[in-house]
Amino acid sequence: MTIKKFMFVNRKAPYGTVYALESLEVVLIAAAFEQDVSLAFLDDGVYQLKKGHSTKGIEMKAFEKTYGALEDYDVTKLFVDEESLAARGLTTDDLCVPVEVMSRVQLGKMIEDQDVVLSF
Amino acid sequence: MLNIVNKSPLDRGSLDSCLQAADGGAILLIEDGVYAATKGSAGEAKLKAAGSKFKLYALGADAEARGIADRMMDGITLVDYEGFVDLVAEHNTCQSWL
Amino acid sequence: MAIDVNGKSYETDEEGYLVNLAEWNEDVGTALAQTEGVTMTDQHWEVVNFLRDYYNEFQIAPAVRVLTKAIGKKLGPEKGNSQYLYELFPYGPAKQACKIAGLPKPTGCI
Repeated sequence: MTIKKFMFVNRKAPYGTVYALESLEVVLIAAAFEQDVSLAFLDDGVYQLKKGHSTKGIEMKAFEKTYGALEDYDVTKLFVDEESLAARGLTTDDLCVPVEVMSRVQLGKMIEDQDVVLSF
Repeated sequence: MLNIVNKSPLDRGSLDSCLQAADGGAILLIEDGVYAATKGSAGEAKLKAAGSKFKLYALGADAEARGIADRMMDGITLVDYEGFVDLVAEHNTCQSWL
Repeated sequence: MAIDVNGKSYETDEEGYLVNLAEWNEDVGTALAQTEGVTMTDQHWEVVNFLRDYYNEFQIAPAVRVLTKAIGKKLGPEKGNSQYLYELFPYGPAKQACKIAGLPKPTGCI
């Protein structure tokens, strides 16, 4: 199988809309097909990685835990926009998985460098 | 008037519209709207700027789901679903800034 | 669809997967195994319990490649290979073992 570079661009908060969960599912599918997968988190997308989701009260699956399985799927390239974190009062200490923080411009270049870009 | 905001303040202009148009009363943040009350965020600054014009509430279950219940700004009251219903019942009118 | 275990009915989807994973117990697992033609042994339970633990930790049923690797890490290389797992679950370890474990079909399941 040809291996392509897939970039998933995540810009939505979790739970309020279904984008984040849908993205994660497609990420796992692409990874199961052994593609070269990267994830970018910017704007409200950075909220997806915020530690400590407790969803009992809203009766939804706390899929924050699933980001922890990405390593098993060999998905280790997680890029987070610095400005988006700052605007939300967050730092990397608030995130549930290890990520690489970069500027919006660097992130843009990273997205430019892909074979396939999927936007959520 | 009870104003309900369910959109993230950095994703949509719902909170801005609410703060500009509404003439006081209460604001209840639900769903992605709860992000506005996160300490150190741009949303918090906007809510603080509105000062004492509004009584501020947020739905606890939505804040907990998003992992920010322990990061809520000072001066906001977390309510449960029953508290949500009480707020709706207490106010004559209710505007949802969808 | 539904399966009956010890006089109680459990709802399943059109492919025979348990709808409510909280309802699962070992008897239900054994009954689900029967629908797959699998007779449960300690080796089978080891994989099924591993999957349930994995689901609790990460909220997903892993794809077969990931399952194989993760089992190898936890239970040793003689179990973390597809030959061993396919001997236990001939129609696909992820698919069959997930069904028996009361989990949804694995994400990225081919």
